[in-house]
Amino acid sequence: MRLEPIANPSALRRVGLPAAALALTVLAASLLALLAGADPFATLGLIVKGAVGSRFAALETLNRATPLIFTGLAVAVAFRARLWNIGAEAQLYAGAVVTVLLGTGALPLPPALLIPAIALAAMAAGALVLLGPVLLKTRLGVDEVVTTLLFNFIMLLFVSYLLEGPMKDPLGMGWPKSPALEASARLPRIVTGLRLHWGFALAILAALAVWVVQTRTTLGYEIRAVGLNAEAARFSGIPVGRVMVKTALLSGGLAALAGFSEVAGLKGSLTLDLSPGFGYAGIIVAMLALLNPLGVVLSAIFVAGVFVGADSMSRAAGVPTYIADILTATALLTMVLALRLTTMRVRWR
Amino acid sequence: MELFDILLSASFWAAAVRIASPLIFATLGELICERAGVLNLGIEGIMVIGAFAGWMAVYLGAGLWAGVFVAMLAGMAFGLLHATLTVPFGLSQHVVGLGVTLLATATAAFAYRLSLPEVTSPPRIEPFQPWPIPGLADIPLIGPALFAQTPLTYLAFALIAVVSVVLYRTPLGLALRAAGENPASVEAQGLSVTALRMGAVIVGSGLMAVGGAFLTMSAFSSFFFEMVNGRGWICIALVVFGAWRPGKAALGALLFAAFDAGQVRLQQTPIGAYVPYQVFLMVPYLLSILALELMSRRAEVPAALMVPFNKGER
Repeated sequence: MRLEPIANPSALRRVGLPAAALALTVLAASLLALLAGADPFATLGLIVKGAVGSRFAALETLNRATPLIFTGLAVAVAFRARLWNIGAEAQLYAGAVVTVLLGTGALPLPPALLIPAIALAAMAAGALVLLGPVLLKTRLGVDEVVTTLLFNFIMLLFVSYLLEGPMKDPLGMGWPKSPALEASARLPRIVTGLRLHWGFALAILAALAVWVVQTRTTLGYEIRAVGLNAEAARFSGIPVGRVMVKTALLSGGLAALAGFSEVAGLKGSLTLDLSPGFGYAGIIVAMLALLNPLGVVLSAIFVAGVFVGADSMSRAAGVPTYIADILTATALLTMVLALRLTTMRVRWR
Repeated sequence: MELFDILLSASFWAAAVRIASPLIFATLGELICERAGVLNLGIEGIMVIGAFAGWMAVYLGAGLWAGVFVAMLAGMAFGLLHATLTVPFGLSQHVVGLGVTLLATATAAFAYRLSLPEVTSPPRIEPFQPWPIPGLADIPLIGPALFAQTPLTYLAFALIAVVSVVLYRTPLGLALRAAGENPASVEAQGLSVTALRMGAVIVGSGLMAVGGAFLTMSAFSSFFFEMVNGRGWICIALVVFGAWRPGKAALGALLFAAFDAGQVRLQQTPIGAYVPYQVFLMVPYLLSILALELMSRRAEVPAALMVPFNKGER
């Protein structure tokens, strides 16, 4: 078989194939439910109900979407330039560490100044974490996929050291946990009494900002040019190395905001299980959004809904909650295939 | 002083060879994929599914070798998925590889919870026992390190030779390497690049899964969610470090394992009292990054690595 480009894909193809990918994901969910001895329709219903069935559930989904928007944006920005940043997990923790460092009394500022200062410092830390791998890439040609992946493990060990040593909460009953942030460093809730915090609004703002950078600025143009064809970009005078570094700083900073918003908005302190893989899920979020920053918001809410819904379904129907991880990975793989087939036709010899 | 004691102890060398074994399986698997032109980032997840599937088969009553076979089949299934998406459809090897890792890891976790919903401490199986080779195992230092290992370790070392011979001494190996260097030339000879690459990814993924199975069936006797712990990513670094040659990559795995065995022993010495244990645990990952840096100037990357091939397209 071989692939032939289609000059003008029909509307049916462009809508039908991604819909088929989603249908396949739903089919996979039904099969997994059957395997677990549960009723597939009831299971799907419980997932949807758990994700958006009540005000509490919907807000919980938006809460869970918040870090995913940040990591999804981080991945989308980087992948657009073909910078394979798989290290959002490490950058997230860097942001979280700085948030705890500055939010536990080190900076005597009023909240209106303290919170932005912490956010900026967190971004700087995340950017710094990605700077190493990207300089290795631009200077020595070391593949950044492996280095960013390995940095995830190094960072987690570093955080583990901090939480058992210098950053350990003296009142933590021996648990590896940081002291709690001061009240002035915490992001307030958007609606009093409900868990949704201002981190979500910040995530939306970040998506808008990335959209502006990508579509309205020279840097955005350069990032796209480098991603499409680095050689051609270099030939036309774009400083490819410097664009890569700028992209990395932006990407690392965005991922770090996920750590900032989880600590300052939700958890209030740092533990080793702050992120159940938000960095990796960010890749799924970004790809489902076709690397479009505004799309990232929607796909993050979708992915978060699957996770929140599966959690609540699991308690009721007994299907293991890992069904959510299988479904989001399936959605990713079927979607990239569907998108390829919208522009390419399969010819059998 | 402590360092010399460690280097002169037989248990250190035996541990290094043991730690190297799963890395050798998976590194050879990745090397086969990359030599044919496909970067397989599914490696981490495929090792997890191999570790789980082999262990589960034995837990359910299968023999140990049957378990290894089940692990290999599970790995090959995910290899088939990876190969189908990346070779004929030419999708991004980065995205598909990470997707396969996420899917395989999640599948293992889901299947584990489904089959063992209630357990709090992971159940154990009776793992492979060492097969000391009569006579050779009694040689001081070398004997316990090389000739008193489990059968899977012997298999790993035998595979280094097998993969080298196949890659460099057979027509199949030549075609495989050509698929990763100059696919058009393979097609000109009437061979199918698609078939060669898919075959390489499927076989390579099978080896990765056996590497994972080594962890549950030879090194430990239980399955834990976090047990692969980045070993797959380290193997990708080892392939680069070994300049895409089986012998060199395996040597890299051994060197790496020696450092890993060394850091565990250094933790027990007075040095370990001053340095936090997390620093020792970081050593493997830092070494991998360092290895990538050292080799960056001399890397002989297969020319068509990560370049999809579409017949009739120029």
